[in-house]
Amino acid sequence: MKRFTASILGVATLAGVAAVLAQSADPRSEAVATLKRDFKPRGIAGTDRLVEDGVQAVCNRTGDKPPKEIALRLEQDQLAAIKYPADGKLMGDWKAGERIAQDGRGMTWSDRAGAPGGGSCYNCHQIGPNETSFGTIGPSLYQFGKLRGYGPDVQRYAYGKIYNAKAFSLCSQMPRFGPLGALTEQQIIDLVALLMDPASPVNR
Amino acid sequence: MRFAPGLCALAALALLAPVPQALGQAKPGAPKAPPAVADKDAVTAEFEKFRAVLEDANPAELFEARGEELWKTRRGPNNASLERCDLGLGPGVVKGAYVQLPRYFADVDKVMDAERRIVHCMTTLQGFKLEELAKRPFSTDTATPEPVSLVTFVAGQSRGMKIAVPQKHPKERETYEIGREIFFYRAGAYDFSCASCHGEDGKRIRTQQLPNYTKPDQAIRAYQGWPGYRMTGGLMHTLQWRLWDCFRQQRFPEPGYVSDTGTALLTYLGVNANGHVYKGPGIKR
Repeated sequence: MKRFTASILGVATLAGVAAVLAQSADPRSEAVATLKRDFKPRGIAGTDRLVEDGVQAVCNRTGDKPPKEIALRLEQDQLAAIKYPADGKLMGDWKAGERIAQDGRGMTWSDRAGAPGGGSCYNCHQIGPNETSFGTIGPSLYQFGKLRGYGPDVQRYAYGKIYNAKAFSLCSQMPRFGPLGALTEQQIIDLVALLMDPASPVNR
Repeated sequence: MRFAPGLCALAALALLAPVPQALGQAKPGAPKAPPAVADKDAVTAEFEKFRAVLEDANPAELFEARGEELWKTRRGPNNASLERCDLGLGPGVVKGAYVQLPRYFADVDKVMDAERRIVHCMTTLQGFKLEELAKRPFSTDTATPEPVSLVTFVAGQSRGMKIAVPQKHPKERETYEIGREIFFYRAGAYDFSCASCHGEDGKRIRTQQLPNYTKPDQAIRAYQGWPGYRMTGGLMHTLQWRLWDCFRQQRFPEPGYVSDTGTALLTYLGVNANGHVYKGPGIKR
């Protein structure tokens, strides 16, 4: 009798699985198929952008909350891939950095190929005290160096974070400017100076 | 179709411009504390005041009137009006249709949003070609496309009504689920999804406040004021344009005009906003 019940259950389970399989594909696959059908390349924005890379796939499947071990492993991979300036100089010109932080252009279909873009930093961060039009998606960077110290370790951290924020927090909302080639090495060290130069308005 | 209110809006913005600068001026000798977030909300409040003033003579109403004329006039290769267009409540019924879209249409076995359905009627009833309409679908300095005025007319016929996007048909529910997936799908050069900007409470880009569309009381803001007369540029735009320009800033490639993607996202946003009152075509920054 027990065996009979078990087999009934087994059949019922199979029927359930079949019913699930018979339904249309899962919404995620449908969503991706829909995007691929609807979007066209325009300017520098190709349809390859619709395809998730590894980091995006992990973040998309975990609601931006990947299991700790996986996040740590992938962050370490990204950390190891950060390219620091060959001459070891991490501090550029904070005035140039301010202009880059203000500039929100880059990587849209209306931007030109190869044109130097900006960092869009003020879109999400409070930075210098004279710019009151700043976003709040990211934390305030006002007094960045003053609060953390001006030492080489903090400079290196700032460079790495601007280069690839996902090396520190896998599903951060901040773009991966370095690997993407959206900011040049010179632009990044200018931004480091904006945050870390004691003479920068950020720290005065 | 440029007119005085556009200039008024520009003048209003010019008057506004000194406000952020004034906020940024620290008193001599005072510690240079950065302005608090509350100050930015004051700027937003100023915009809201100007919006209120403009709404007394809302430029969107002119587009509503033009859309109504277009709706009733026999036009296109078939010399037909749109008065037999079925927006979901039966042929010719316009009142209340906008707040119940997107919805499932048996004649095409698809879920369609307002603009898509209107364009569908223009092609099937009047004989216009979709490829032609899709060539220049958005307002520019020199032209306001006919679908823009038509959507504005149809939207105006739902002024003051509650959003009631249906979820009875399986395809309507499936479309909502697909829309939700697209909303949270991070991809592209900057790893952005819709939720990167619209998934949290109380965030801003620069001074622009970002509604959290995952919450019903904020999702209504995706519909409110659209179709809208945009003070930036002085152009009339629909939600089709809004989604299109969001995707541009998301660093995605370009979505096709009146596509499934748009319908899915509008279904997600609309269902989330259900029960909230739609105030009709409006004014946007």
